[in-house]
Amino acid sequence: MLTYNKRQFTENITGRTVALVCAALLVIVVLSITYFIASKGLSTFFVNGVSISEFLTQVKWDPEGEPAMYGVFPFILGSFLVTALAAIIAAPLGIGAAIFMTEIFPNFGKKVLKPVIELLVGIPSVVYGYVGLSLLVPFIREQFDVLGFSLLAGGLVLALMILPTITSVATDAIEAVPQDLRNASLALGATRWQTIWNVVLHSSLPGCLTAVVLGMARAFGEALAVQMVIGNTTKLPGSLLDPISTLTSGITLNMGNTIQGTPYNNALWSMALLLLAMSFVFIMILRFLGRKRMVK
Amino acid sequence: MKKLSKMFMALTFVGALLAGCGSNNAAPAPAQQPAAQPSTPAPEANNSGSATTSPGEPVTAVGSTALQPLVEQSAKDYMAKNQGVQIQVQGGGSGTGLSQVASGAATIGNSDIFAEEKKGIPANELVDHKVAVVGMAAAVSPKVKVDNLTKQQLIDIFTGKITNWKDVGGDDMKITLVNRPKSSGTRATFNKFAMDGKEEAEGITEDSSGTVRKIIAETPGAIGYLALSYFNDSVKALKLDGVEANAENITTNKYPVWAYEHMYTKGEPTGNAKAFLEFILSDEVQKKTVTDLGFLPITDMKVERDAEGKVTQK
Repeated sequence: MLTYNKRQFTENITGRTVALVCAALLVIVVLSITYFIASKGLSTFFVNGVSISEFLTQVKWDPEGEPAMYGVFPFILGSFLVTALAAIIAAPLGIGAAIFMTEIFPNFGKKVLKPVIELLVGIPSVVYGYVGLSLLVPFIREQFDVLGFSLLAGGLVLALMILPTITSVATDAIEAVPQDLRNASLALGATRWQTIWNVVLHSSLPGCLTAVVLGMARAFGEALAVQMVIGNTTKLPGSLLDPISTLTSGITLNMGNTIQGTPYNNALWSMALLLLAMSFVFIMILRFLGRKRMVK
Repeated sequence: MKKLSKMFMALTFVGALLAGCGSNNAAPAPAQQPAAQPSTPAPEANNSGSATTSPGEPVTAVGSTALQPLVEQSAKDYMAKNQGVQIQVQGGGSGTGLSQVASGAATIGNSDIFAEEKKGIPANELVDHKVAVVGMAAAVSPKVKVDNLTKQQLIDIFTGKITNWKDVGGDDMKITLVNRPKSSGTRATFNKFAMDGKEEAEGITEDSSGTVRKIIAETPGAIGYLALSYFNDSVKALKLDGVEANAENITTNKYPVWAYEHMYTKGEPTGNAKAFLEFILSDEVQKKTVTDLGFLPITDMKVERDAEGKVTQK
């Protein structure tokens, strides 16, 4: 009996240690990444003496010019616009698909639609970009008699990419709505659609919002596919059909050709820091939504 | 359904394994590199120890994606001849190449531009090995009915002063600029020698030559610039002031838009790196691989140009 307990004890200790080491390692990795990006990104302001407000609000981006200009506002605007556009397109589609899969046609939805949508996750983003470049950009060019490389193209490509995230998270949220609520609503004489709209969607709203925010977080950080269709012009766009840059495409286009430690390179790190800060914001929103769901 | 998902899992697993193997193969070379890299003056022992048949220290060549195909092909040929010698070739851009070789993380840094032209690089510590020359030309979509531009017209187009092809003798068609990122070596060369340093207007920006070519080929009225090695039937090269961008005109600097392809080492190269650089400069590579891949042999050049752009007869 005693030996058995001893074994149990050592097993417990080992298990604990392993778990603790893993957790600690993760925390260390996250903290060091944050520290590294912050130290590089902040040196633009503290070492190279670029003013933060100029960095965030100026429109002119010319880090190798004389004098060098570090206005990243067009990049920031581009990232936000393209993310918002993608969310506006993908949210109704994704939540609609989720309703279809859970409430309307559960059998067909789970067997066919869900795997099909989830397949979209496995396609590499360079493929999305290339398809966008080969089909979407010429299509927009012919339809609207513009360049084709545009905010719209970026938003559409991103919408397709974040659709699976939104759909699967929203599906889980809607499935989690207790069957009793539906039954009660139907018993009160509500139609199926009234039940879906007023009861199911309403009570799963925080979950559906979580889905959309998760999708937006992915869209905000996506680089390659967007870079190929958005045009990467550091100019403020006049319409949805104008090209623009995003923070991610600005970084990927220039990182390989700038020298570590130069103001130009540091400015790119500052842009990366901005992206990191934005992902913190997205996570905070998600936590907030999660808490809201718990209260319900 | 279950079977299908099992199959997917198996596939993912295999994929993960393969990915793991790949990185395992790639990892040792760069990791060992700093240790193998002789700090400053190389010990003699290193030199004598690297007869062509002994493996010696692995060589990493990092940087310019324009130069990458040439270095990759040469490395393949060199390794086939010298069993056991490891030469790793990676892209990453000229900036990466220069900073990696300057910090000692790579044996050779590939670059399209002189180290002196990049701020933040200790150019005096690096030894320049010019291995080839590449010409660049303005590239237009085949739909554009213009074959020749004067330098002034080219400048006016790229600075945004001329926005329609009809102003330079073509059809009534809007001009779309396809540019490189501000940090690009190709952009720097084109800007310096074709545009006299005038600032380009904003346009579509892409860094990979393949993507730039695709965009120019498919966008009506598009103009950009490409290294000669990237031209094919889908895009058209423009003459500049009536001079065609061909080997003969570049070797005499009659056509001025060209750049050296540099392979920098930190200090004089030794061992395998030295032997590999000698191999690239040998007739075997210069006469065949270099021209096959669309570059010009460095040995053919009749003029010399320094980092400031001053040209002298050889």
